[in-house]
Amino acid sequence: MENNNKENVKLVGFWVSPFVQRVRWALKMKGIKKYEYIEEDIYNKSSLLSEINPVYGKVPVLVHNGKPLSESSIILEYIDHVWNDDFVPPLLPRDPYQRAQARFWAKFADQKVLESAWMVLCSEGEKQERAVKEAIEALEKLEEKLKSGNSVFFGGDTIGYLDLMVGFVSYLYPVWEEAASVKILDALKFPALAAWQSDFLNHELIASEYLPPKAEAVAYFRWRRSELIPVYNRMY
Amino acid sequence: MADGVVLLDTYFSMFGMRARLALAEKGIDYEYKEENLGDKSPVLLEMNPVHKKIPVLIHNGKPVCESLIIVQYIDEVWKDNSPLLPSDPYQRAQARFWADFVDKKVYDAGRRLWTTKGDELETAKKDIIEALKLLETELGEKPYFGGENFGFVDVALVTYSSWFYAYETCGNFSVEEHCPKLMEWVKRCMEKESVSKSLADPKKVYDFVLFLRKKHGLE
Repeated sequence: MENNNKENVKLVGFWVSPFVQRVRWALKMKGIKKYEYIEEDIYNKSSLLSEINPVYGKVPVLVHNGKPLSESSIILEYIDHVWNDDFVPPLLPRDPYQRAQARFWAKFADQKVLESAWMVLCSEGEKQERAVKEAIEALEKLEEKLKSGNSVFFGGDTIGYLDLMVGFVSYLYPVWEEAASVKILDALKFPALAAWQSDFLNHELIASEYLPPKAEAVAYFRWRRSELIPVYNRMY
Repeated sequence: MADGVVLLDTYFSMFGMRARLALAEKGIDYEYKEENLGDKSPVLLEMNPVHKKIPVLIHNGKPVCESLIIVQYIDEVWKDNSPLLPSDPYQRAQARFWADFVDKKVYDAGRRLWTTKGDELETAKKDIIEALKLLETELGEKPYFGGENFGFVDVALVTYSSWFYAYETCGNFSVEEHCPKLMEWVKRCMEKESVSKSLADPKKVYDFVLFLRKKHGLE
């Protein structure tokens, strides 16, 4: 049923941001097709961005009926709350305990999995070796979590909130590995995650949605790596 | 303790205080277990194997970890009294945003206040004042961040007020001077029994910080 009030959606994003990507997937899952996507050059930020995200000045920002929201996990919960009837799949589990688990692992995905992989990208030599070790430790925990669920996806038989939050592992991990010339997610060591990567990417909702083109993404992150290695060297 | 609620916590943790506060707001009976972080209990290691941190809420034998996740869980399970999160989706998202801001900006700057000196300390002071001022602006003229009622962001931030004295003394500044309205809000919150009984004594927090500083060779 068309509900104009619900459909006034804008997404301000950056083509290769994993945080923006989550929101695209969430909108896709909820069947929200008619939204305006605004590409922001994060290296030359517009006045729009500082207006709709005055606190952090970052993407993604979802603007719904003129009201802005930022922080990807918060946006996903909002989308789940608003677009919520019998005809759309739920993102988060309904049971409070399962929801708490999903939120816990989503936080882990950001603070440990993504963060450690980013450090691998932005370091070299001994620092990178240490970062790889941490990234592997984080993946081990994620692998265990996936195995313990006894199902294809983190969300069960179909994709859910946690799959979207971990989703960057499916397409961005290989990009970062190539840009940093190092392998972290070895399919032999992480069979469940490796299977999940292809199951996730092949899922009809994900396969039919935009993903940043791989060659361009590798080139972009190679550039970020060269810029950030000296910066992180000084900081850590 | 199959049917009950257990909280693994430490007295000084502003994160643990949030769980205590949420339980108090809802009037939930629970068993409190003080952890020694230098010698973590087998229960803690079993219930939070990923991070081995407190607080951990154990409900019907099942653990919930991470303070804001615990508070949301408590709010969702015991949903019939003292709701902490707004029911409107946009307002709920805003509440989550500001609670997350507290952890992103206040915690880190606060930690730097008692672990650094010189230029780094001055930067930490600047950062925490900036963060608190932004929160003060968000509070505006409302009695609480939750509006007329004490809510999620109030729970998230008020526990840090027990660390203000320590921050102020280490950083040589006054929160009241920069954020008078925020301090009024702290006093208003402290009039609630749930808050005053859940927060650690600021002087004791300061003594604890001094102990940590000595332990890490910062004195």
